[in-house]
Amino acid sequence: MAKITFITSDDETITLEGTSGSVMALAVENGVPGIDGDCGGVCSCATCHVHVTPEDMVKTGSASEIETDMLELDDNADEYSRLCCQIEISDAIDGVVLKVAK
Amino acid sequence: MSDIPNNEPSCVVIGASHAGVNFAFALRREGWNGSICLIDADSVLPYHRPPLSKAYLTSDEGIEKNLLKSKESYIKDRIELKLGVWVEAIDRESKTIILADGTTMAYDKLVLATGARPIMPPIPGLDTAKNLFPLRSAADVANIKKTVAENESLQVVVIGGGYIGLETAASLKKLGASVTVLERESRILARVTAPEMSAFFQKLHHDNHVSVLTEKNVTSIEPASTGNTVVCSDGSSYPADMVIVGVGIHVNKELAEKAGLTIENGIRVNEMAQTSDASIYAIGDCTFHYNPHYDRYIRLESVQNAVDQAKIAAAAIAGKKCSYDSLPWFWSDQYDVKLQMVGLSDGYDEVVVREEADRPNCFSVWYFQGDTLLSVDAVNNAKAYVYGTKFIKGGEKIDKSKLGDPRAEFKPANLVAQ
Repeated sequence: MAKITFITSDDETITLEGTSGSVMALAVENGVPGIDGDCGGVCSCATCHVHVTPEDMVKTGSASEIETDMLELDDNADEYSRLCCQIEISDAIDGVVLKVAK
Repeated sequence: MSDIPNNEPSCVVIGASHAGVNFAFALRREGWNGSICLIDADSVLPYHRPPLSKAYLTSDEGIEKNLLKSKESYIKDRIELKLGVWVEAIDRESKTIILADGTTMAYDKLVLATGARPIMPPIPGLDTAKNLFPLRSAADVANIKKTVAENESLQVVVIGGGYIGLETAASLKKLGASVTVLERESRILARVTAPEMSAFFQKLHHDNHVSVLTEKNVTSIEPASTGNTVVCSDGSSYPADMVIVGVGIHVNKELAEKAGLTIENGIRVNEMAQTSDASIYAIGDCTFHYNPHYDRYIRLESVQNAVDQAKIAAAAIAGKKCSYDSLPWFWSDQYDVKLQMVGLSDGYDEVVVREEADRPNCFSVWYFQGDTLLSVDAVNNAKAYVYGTKFIKGGEKIDKSKLGDPRAEFKPANLVAQ
């Protein structure tokens, strides 16, 4: 079980609990605004972009090559950017705070 | 029979796949206070379609792990689901739809998200063939999975070397079947890609021990002791315990046609996804719509178009000024290869192949008409996909010689013509 907190672009805070699957799927299932996951989680659409709180990066790990490539020309991308379809839910990421990218 | 009249405006959506479902949630987000009813003939809670021929086919997961939205989401957003329900007709005069059981439903706004159905070609023996399936619905995949589970050394013939056929072939191979793909044209993916891409995928399947045969026109399917024999016009024949048909789709336009809406190569809609009847919208695979990037009317079979038109129709119904201007994009996964495509290549007169030094199986094909970049197919190369998207949107002129030179570093500044 992991508690995951999303901060939306309207500064709304949404905390959700999940046990498995991707963070994107959890967000879509619960209607977190700004996370669309149009491609269903195969890193093809970049509609699940989040910024991980810097101190939580150790839990989530940093972006893989394909994530970095997909976000390369996105002006809002930074070193804390992840496509959250690529973050698997497990106890290891309990407590992470993710800011939904603009 | 008729619904009890009330003052709440009613929006009825026919078709609950990517377009219909995304529309319903988008309409609620736009502030629509009235009722929203989603109707589909499929009785399963709406699910993601692209994985059906890819990861979903090879996984043990049930369809409940592949849903577009959870059951609770529909309840939360007050979206009524009528699943397993067939719509018989639209009465535009009384603004009602008629269901198969004779009941009627009134609408203020009607959205047609009727999609498409697989073409079942008129091949003798196709109707009576054993274990013959198309691949479009969860039920199709359930049938295919069941057949795979029941046969240890399954021989499969896939009719059609398009994306669905090739993805299904790759997935079935992964499940241990021996697979033969029969393509009528002289190369696979002939309708949608350049010969360079066809050659790459031909080799990819060959290397994975899937036999992909071209110029194979299937003329009949005959019963055999264990299953079927698929016979081609050149006299060759192939044994098959299971046959997959992936030769394209028919648009589900009959409801719209009977209702007298304007039909061309699909249900014709304007830039706001509105049909020739101002109260009726159409979205997704079933539409024939204008694309400003290519300055022509097109029909697309894609999640991107379904989702983007859904958002446009929702905004339009909410009274917002909006206009569809998306650049089409697609993807395909076969074996460990990720193909990402942006734009439409129709009308290209030149391709530039960009290879990446020291990275086998990582390349991209750039389609040009004169100096105009039309589209990019990127193989294991998300960078090329992202750059291509930027360049097509920006209408940038590309330095083709640098693009084609693997020694020139692959970055936007290097690729734009000075």
